[in-house]
Amino acid sequence: MAVTAIFGARVKRKEDPRLITGKGLYTADITPPGCLYVAFVRSPYAHARIKSINASKATSMRGVVAVFTGKDIKGKLNPVPTGWPIKTDPPIKIPTYYPLPIDKVRYQGEAVAAVVAENPYIARDAAEAIEVEYEPLPTVVNQEEAIKPGAPLLYEDVPNNISFIWNLKGGDVESAFKEADVIVEKRLINHRLQPTPMEPRAIVAQYNAVTGDLTCHITTQAPHIHRLLLSMMLNMPEHKIRVIAIDVGGGFGSKIPTYGIDAVVCHIAKELRRPIKFVEDRRENYLATTHGRDHIQYVQLAAKKDGRIIGLKVTSYANLGAYLSTAAPGVPTYLFGLMLSGAYKIKAVDCTVYGVLTNTAPVDAYRGAGRPEATYLIERMVDILAQRLKTDPAEIRRINFIRSNEFPYTTCTGIQYDSGNYEEAFEKALELAEYKKWREEQAKARTEGRLIGIGLSSYVEICGLGPSRAVRGTGFALGLYDSAIIRVHPSGKVTVLTGTSPHGQGEETAFAQIVAEEFGIPIEDVEVIHGDTGMIQWGMGTYGSRTVPVGGGAIALAARKVLDKAKKIAANMLEVREEDLVFERGKFYVKGVPTRFVTFQQVALASYQGEYLPAGMEPGLDATVFYDPENFTFPFGTHVCIVEVDKETGQIKILKYVSVDDCGRQINPMIVEGQVHGGITQGIAQALWEEAVYDSNGNLLTASLNDYVIPTAVEVPNFINDFTVTPSPHNPLGVKGVGETGTIAATPAIVNAVVDALSYLGIDHIDMPLRPEKIWRIIKEKLK
Amino acid sequence: MTTTATKAEVKLYHIKVNVNGVDYEHDVEPRLLLVHYIRDVLGLTGTHIGCDTSNCGACTVILNGKSVKSCTMFAVQANGTKILTIEGLAKNGELHPLQKAFWENHALQCGFCTPGLIMQAYWLLQENPNPTEEEIRKGISGNLCRCTGYQNIVKAIMAAAKEMKR
Repeated sequence: MAVTAIFGARVKRKEDPRLITGKGLYTADITPPGCLYVAFVRSPYAHARIKSINASKATSMRGVVAVFTGKDIKGKLNPVPTGWPIKTDPPIKIPTYYPLPIDKVRYQGEAVAAVVAENPYIARDAAEAIEVEYEPLPTVVNQEEAIKPGAPLLYEDVPNNISFIWNLKGGDVESAFKEADVIVEKRLINHRLQPTPMEPRAIVAQYNAVTGDLTCHITTQAPHIHRLLLSMMLNMPEHKIRVIAIDVGGGFGSKIPTYGIDAVVCHIAKELRRPIKFVEDRRENYLATTHGRDHIQYVQLAAKKDGRIIGLKVTSYANLGAYLSTAAPGVPTYLFGLMLSGAYKIKAVDCTVYGVLTNTAPVDAYRGAGRPEATYLIERMVDILAQRLKTDPAEIRRINFIRSNEFPYTTCTGIQYDSGNYEEAFEKALELAEYKKWREEQAKARTEGRLIGIGLSSYVEICGLGPSRAVRGTGFALGLYDSAIIRVHPSGKVTVLTGTSPHGQGEETAFAQIVAEEFGIPIEDVEVIHGDTGMIQWGMGTYGSRTVPVGGGAIALAARKVLDKAKKIAANMLEVREEDLVFERGKFYVKGVPTRFVTFQQVALASYQGEYLPAGMEPGLDATVFYDPENFTFPFGTHVCIVEVDKETGQIKILKYVSVDDCGRQINPMIVEGQVHGGITQGIAQALWEEAVYDSNGNLLTASLNDYVIPTAVEVPNFINDFTVTPSPHNPLGVKGVGETGTIAATPAIVNAVVDALSYLGIDHIDMPLRPEKIWRIIKEKLK
Repeated sequence: MTTTATKAEVKLYHIKVNVNGVDYEHDVEPRLLLVHYIRDVLGLTGTHIGCDTSNCGACTVILNGKSVKSCTMFAVQANGTKILTIEGLAKNGELHPLQKAFWENHALQCGFCTPGLIMQAYWLLQENPNPTEEEIRKGISGNLCRCTGYQNIVKAIMAAAKEMKR
């Protein structure tokens, strides 16, 4: 088998055979013998005092085992910790977040009691039979309303519902605005979304009373972080907790946080000494699993009349929901503010973010997490500037791009873009999209009364989270390195353990490709294990497009460490000096004498047999590496979208969608394309359809898939995807990450296209989602 | 009909079904959903649950030759029927052309929607062995996928259709 081309090949995924035959093992598929089921009683009110909870009817029902309320567990479980207490002055206010509230509920759907029963149907019946007496309180769901004097307060010790005010400054913003020829201003809403992995959250907890070990299968993107936070909530040492995520049905950020109710389920398993299972339904997923985005942004952009952008001022109001979820404070601040200047040479940025608590579900990372909000902001503003200057938006981008000879490029806010060629990707995208032709087409269509719009979106994102020193500087509780263990067995077969936790991204395959390439062995000989804290010593999980750049980097370094040792053994076996050996295609051979060789497999066996080991060398062939990247990675690209807006109905039709992305070297282009397809689809969905809506009383109006509209196959077009390849210079593999690019780029591409189509009416911005009714009303109004 | 679990005994109904060629008989509560019967009673966990409103299609199975969302039926309604689930699709260790095509065309990522989508496509190709792209997109519009953007799923179903005609 030709093995030299495995890295970069379109290898079919190793995870698929089990998934296409129904043999995957998701958390909800696990039912240990003697399992009991939990149903949660959830608050119908968004803000209310809990006056009493009467469970007597429920506990007398056949099959009901126990009921737990906030008061029952008070003192036994610690509050839910925040993982990213960002550094601000004055310090961030972190309200107490009980796993079950003691006296007050703060968002609709917050769990107030857990019912344990012999089967899930009985648990549901019993949950309905629990009588909770509430005293409803005034509610506030909008962040701008919440900070007004006199607004209802969620916490007595958080005045004006402001958890933090965060500021980031770079360059001389005041001078930039004084020197400006033109200043464009806009209020942009980046609305709230419901992440919607197809698999709802679930947990199965088993406690062994003899050993004191707790084993939890959880739908998680970050098993070790969950273990750590569970140990803090449960007052149990980590080594007595094992968190396992075998197959996870998507996460998109919502399975990063550790949820208070998961600790409740573990606590119940310990108390009752029976396995406990909880599977949320879609309504619960929408009410109580974290949401994403939800910024209101006030933006001013300063430019010279030739189109050069010289300054940017942003004040953003970020709705954090009712409690600070695990990564909540960092997402709308660092992951947003640091990327505001995008792919452009903007020398002065001033950004202030208000983190606001409201009576809504907690907000945390959603695919892209902060970066889509930044990219949407700058890409919208560039188009608004182009419109003001009556210049082609493509020209404005060309004028402002960071040039390929300027990398590594340090932004005015102090981060260093590792490598890039923004113009190359941009020109390639325009060419593929036939930009010039479509501009002519657009002019012609307009004379015929048809509305065609062309939208551009150039982005750069911060990925590969991240260098520990840098992330600790932001207040993140842990470093963001990752670990890899490579064990070569006597037969030369290889087990790889990764601290990342893929859940659909295909790294069982991509990581095997890395190792197969490094060792020159068949990919079938490599097995990747992830998502089990009992087997893997430590890891930070999968999010922030970090799995391949950080987890993959660790694997590559571990493989090279293994090879270093293998080479020493091989030299001993061949009785030559180490420096006289060449390693190629799985063979160590003597320089110039390719017939004198030992194979990787022979060396593996020898390492266990021991007789050929150099003096003082330990037997065995394995390596453990903790890889702490020296910088983040910065994927980039340009997307072009062409739409036609139906004047009579407001319907938007995507005529063409082109992406050119650069995620550095690609391990498996087939998987890369799949990530881009899915990302673009979610980005389009935000622009056109999806929106989490609360009424003023805090009722979530989009709490089912009937009301929260994610796209079906009918709405989504085919995409034209292409790539450029600019390796990351500091990453061991030259990779950058690709999980979030599509989501980041697509949303502004669509909105820019639709606004472009309507610009002849004097329109320079429309807030998302761009549903037909909204577009139809705007056209009617303007044509009046 | 007894409808709720109370202190009184719940009335159970005897049902017989054939799933993937195997005959089963069980006493079930009348309110037990077919999908829960398949997953929890029969232990065939390849059929998934992604919503509670019959929108997502993760629970799609073939019942008497027709595709149904098994969360919208009670187990008692399936009495006397023949059901095919994802576990019954491969024959003698040989993957069905649809399974092969999903694998070859990278038509799945997290895999949670995949069994439902494959079963829906199975039905679609039985009804219409020569579907156009538009007909495929319409035919699977009751099945939601959050990972793939559908492009490769459509490609896979077209490839399977071609393969199945050979």
